[in-house]
Amino acid sequence: MDTKKEVLSILKDLTSEDLSDKMDENIFANGLMDSMASVQMLLNLQDKFNIDVPVSEFDRKEWDTPNKIVAKVDSLRNE
Amino acid sequence: MNFNFINLQSYSNPQYFIYLMIALIPMMIGLYHGHRFKTYEAIFSLVFLFLIFDGVKWHQGVNLIIYLIIEFAITFCYLHYRKVGKNKTWVFCLAVILAIIPLALVKIQTAFPQTQVHGLLGFLGISYITFKTVQVIMEVRDGAIKKVDPGTYLRFLLFFPTISSGPIDRYRRFKKDFDNAPTRDQYITDMRYAVRYLFQGFLYKFILGWFFGTYWLPKISKAALAVGNANGGLKLSWWLLAYMYCYSMYLFFDFAGYSLFAVSISYFMGIHTPMNFNMPFISKNIKEFWNRWHKTLSFWFRDYIYMRFTFFAMKNKLIKNRIRLSQVSYLLLFGIMGFWHGLTWYYIVYGLFHAIAIIINDYWLRFKKKHRKQVPSNIFTKCLAIFITFNVVCLSFLIFSGFLSQLWFGWK
Repeated sequence: MDTKKEVLSILKDLTSEDLSDKMDENIFANGLMDSMASVQMLLNLQDKFNIDVPVSEFDRKEWDTPNKIVAKVDSLRNE
Repeated sequence: MNFNFINLQSYSNPQYFIYLMIALIPMMIGLYHGHRFKTYEAIFSLVFLFLIFDGVKWHQGVNLIIYLIIEFAITFCYLHYRKVGKNKTWVFCLAVILAIIPLALVKIQTAFPQTQVHGLLGFLGISYITFKTVQVIMEVRDGAIKKVDPGTYLRFLLFFPTISSGPIDRYRRFKKDFDNAPTRDQYITDMRYAVRYLFQGFLYKFILGWFFGTYWLPKISKAALAVGNANGGLKLSWWLLAYMYCYSMYLFFDFAGYSLFAVSISYFMGIHTPMNFNMPFISKNIKEFWNRWHKTLSFWFRDYIYMRFTFFAMKNKLIKNRIRLSQVSYLLLFGIMGFWHGLTWYYIVYGLFHAIAIIINDYWLRFKKKHRKQVPSNIFTKCLAIFITFNVVCLSFLIFSGFLSQLWFGWK
């Protein structure tokens, strides 16, 4: 499973925007994501990748660009 | 019983800072040379804690010790429970409820003075220690915290610069700082910030806060009461508007000043306590406001109530509609925040006011997203947004101040 592709598709569902050319854009600062959307993203990631991401592990600074999310998911999948 | 000890409340007057800076010197020399003198730090903290809770406040000190024993028992029992691999939801809920009970009782006692047993339960800073304990229990539940070192935990809960009113730090963040000494370059940078924050704090709390709160506010208050009572009806007057702005400025400068002291002293000790305020009055909407005002409290509520509740509700499909769910969560978050401030109508209305404001704000943000092309965005609209947000916030602070209660019902 291609992490990047899946993450982008989850983000597209949430923000209704294609972020493939904005991989390093801060998606909280520009208002695309908020706490509500992050919770939904965590649940979707859990379903899709079968990883466990509790809310405690969600530190905004580590999840605020598409690239960071992909990296986070990859590291959690390899655990 | 009354001991004749000197009693020193944190950051209450300029002399306090002199004692504090002298006591900090050995620690600063240590950190400059890459050593953290943990024993000295412990003695230092104990002395300054003792000065807060001695003399006429001795019963508060006793309450604090009893409270700590209870919270330690809860935390470590729950930690043990998780360590043996069990993870029942009801046990988690029980642990959180038990941890909150002392604070809840204090709030009820304050609201109904007739039930009050003199000097029982309460002490300065109980709210902030409770926030920290609940945070640790929740992260133990998530498995994010697997081990709690009792010594570090005690110092985290009792971290003296932030004991009375925050900022609210996080255990894992605190531990990382506390277990290491900063490099020399880092520490020099820290000290530079510490000095800046200290003087900014003086300006905010002792000069601006004093002018707004001690100098102007009582005069405006008197005028607003006199003119309001003469006008009758809702007792509105221009003085009331002046009170609203003056109180809002006082609240900000006093609290931001205090928080700057707490952060500054933490930095001197090589601990990066998070900042509490980031220019809240330039916010363009209520959501942004809560990312800038009393940040550590609003982030605590965001992470430990809002996000956890939405996570739970979504996972169990309690409320399917995402918009409705976020509205329910906002009401829950700000409702609890209101009750936490105190069981009085104006604190609870203050909480609900913010919940409604943020719900309306969300409607507007969704509308703007849908009609991106039609809604203009320029310097004028931005200034208008800041103006509206500022006034909505000040109105909420007027409610919070309790002055309306005094004006309308004659009590506060």
